[in-house]
Amino acid sequence: MWAIEVEDVVKRFGEFVAVDRISFRVRRGEIFGLLGPNGAGKSTTIRILCGLLAPTSGRARVDGLDVVTQAEQVKRRIGYMSQRFSLYEDLTVEENVELFSGLYGVPRERRRQRQQEVLEMAGLTAWRRRLVRALPGGWKQRLALGCALVHEPPILFLDEPTSGVDPIARRQFWDMIVRLSEAGRTILVTTHYMDEAAYCHRLALMDRGRIVALDAPAALARSLASVAFLHLESSDLWESLKVLEREASVERVTLFGAGVHLRVRDPERARERIQRALHARGITISRLDVVAPSMEDVFVAVIEGGERNER
Amino acid sequence: MWERIREMMRKELRQALREPRMRVLLFLPPLVQLTLFGYAVNLDVERAPIAWMDGDGTPASRALRAAFEGSPHFRVVATPMREDEGRELLDRGRILMLVRVLPGFAERVQRGEMAAVQILIEGTNSNTASILMAYATRILRRYADEVMAERERRTLRALAIAREAPITVPELQVQTRVWFNPDLRSRNYFVPGVLVNIIAIVTLILTAMAIVRERELGTMEQLLVTPLRPVEFILGKTVPFALIGLVDVVLVTSAALLIFRVPFRGSALVLLLGAVLFVLTTLGMGVFLSTISRTQQQAMLASFFFFMPAFTLSGFAFPIRNMPVPVQYLTRANPVRYFLEIVRGVFLKGTGIEVLWPQMVALLIFGVAIFGLSVWRFRRRLE
Repeated sequence: MWAIEVEDVVKRFGEFVAVDRISFRVRRGEIFGLLGPNGAGKSTTIRILCGLLAPTSGRARVDGLDVVTQAEQVKRRIGYMSQRFSLYEDLTVEENVELFSGLYGVPRERRRQRQQEVLEMAGLTAWRRRLVRALPGGWKQRLALGCALVHEPPILFLDEPTSGVDPIARRQFWDMIVRLSEAGRTILVTTHYMDEAAYCHRLALMDRGRIVALDAPAALARSLASVAFLHLESSDLWESLKVLEREASVERVTLFGAGVHLRVRDPERARERIQRALHARGITISRLDVVAPSMEDVFVAVIEGGERNER
Repeated sequence: MWERIREMMRKELRQALREPRMRVLLFLPPLVQLTLFGYAVNLDVERAPIAWMDGDGTPASRALRAAFEGSPHFRVVATPMREDEGRELLDRGRILMLVRVLPGFAERVQRGEMAAVQILIEGTNSNTASILMAYATRILRRYADEVMAERERRTLRALAIAREAPITVPELQVQTRVWFNPDLRSRNYFVPGVLVNIIAIVTLILTAMAIVRERELGTMEQLLVTPLRPVEFILGKTVPFALIGLVDVVLVTSAALLIFRVPFRGSALVLLLGAVLFVLTTLGMGVFLSTISRTQQQAMLASFFFFMPAFTLSGFAFPIRNMPVPVQYLTRANPVRYFLEIVRGVFLKGTGIEVLWPQMVALLIFGVAIFGLSVWRFRRRLE
């Protein structure tokens, strides 16, 4: 049985179609990512699956239960963490955990122990009596995750869990997610950080309410076999950008970290031409290698492909 | 279900009572308000400064002055000789009333003719003016009665002597007894009313704001993905404020009895029952206002918009009897009015449920209706 099944789900707000006939299934223990720009319909999808919104049409099941007709049972089996921090800042760490363990009906005899486990997992045992208001952002996220897990739900929904959190905290957070999945929990996560997508077992790329691609991150990258990506770092990045945008052998230039990613058809030929063009401008190349495409490259390519097909 | 409600209530109380500032806000304003109404707001007129112009200067006119001075309500602070002096005293607000005994007063009284006393009252404050007028009239009438009685007695005695037979003199004595507030102290009237004001504000505003705050902060969503049902949410949100409101009732009642010596003739249980029924309405209204407000400020404003007219038309300060008839009918749709009647009934008259049940039933109907409507609206807004 699937952990999550979504069939032809549509959500309209008046004229606006937020989710446009999407279908997908998530296996148990899988980390399933919804990736896409703001307004792509990721949050709406998650909110439908949590029973916060009713779909306009279509069907969705979570742990085999219909999200509309069996919403009550669904709520006991899921944990949800929203994009903005939504615990009580004027309660202490411990009081928040207590509240949610009570609301989720964690059995009385298990409660103490569960609360301790959650605090340990979030690494907040030492801060249990602190007001949440006084915690740094990354810690709050860990607490929010802890509260969403206090009733040991088999399925976890995370809506942009790492927005506004520093890179180190983000890494720690994802380590926790991976461990949870290894322990058999199913995780549906939305993000617009491309690097986070690489943690997912499978990814659905969403754009304007639709799923435009769905596969494992590596497979998505492979589907771009006909093109290659070069990573360039040079003495004058801005000038390089200008030059390369006019260069015929380069299909696309995107900023990536300290350098740029170049999409090309024939990497060897392109490489020579790029070297020649930049030399002519007196720009020194410090690095120019063939690299595996980033998720961002994939995403941009897929979306552009989709647009081309529409035309 | 109870488990979840209890959990919500605990959380709500923790939040409300955590901050020292909030704790002070919950319990201090009721006492401040009580003190204000207990000490400052006083409609009774005592020792009002008046001026006395005696144009007659006879024992009769002096006796009249003595009658005024003997009253606790007046004290003569000036005796102007000319009319314009008296007028100036009035203009400057030195005196509230000018009494002028016209020449020939004693003579006319003696002859049993119409004797004139002119009274000028500062009418800026119509309430005080009418009270002063009533007091002055009362003193004058008593004086006139005495003069009459004296005259008649004398005539009868003369007759009796002439006929050489005893004649009994009939006497009619009117004695006024004021029930329920025999001292006619406005404090006794206002202080219990403060209770109504305080409970309403604590429960109404705090409930509305607490719910809107959850929505503003996004914590509402986190609660909605738990098995917590809307009704449980609302109960968890409202019961704590009801408790705080009832604690305020006890606090204010104790203070009213101990500090202000307001009489409490009825049963505390009846008062509490009334309070519980009233709180049902205000909490329901709080929930309702939260469904039409987006921010806490809006909730606050909406609460005041609802409460100010309700309070004004409750009979707290302005008697409902004095309102235009259509407005009087309107006040029947005002839950605050019924609770005020219960409170004053219990405090001043000592009435019990056998008399106050219609008010209780009215509050129950309001409460159930408003609460039902709010829960319904609240659920619909979640969609």
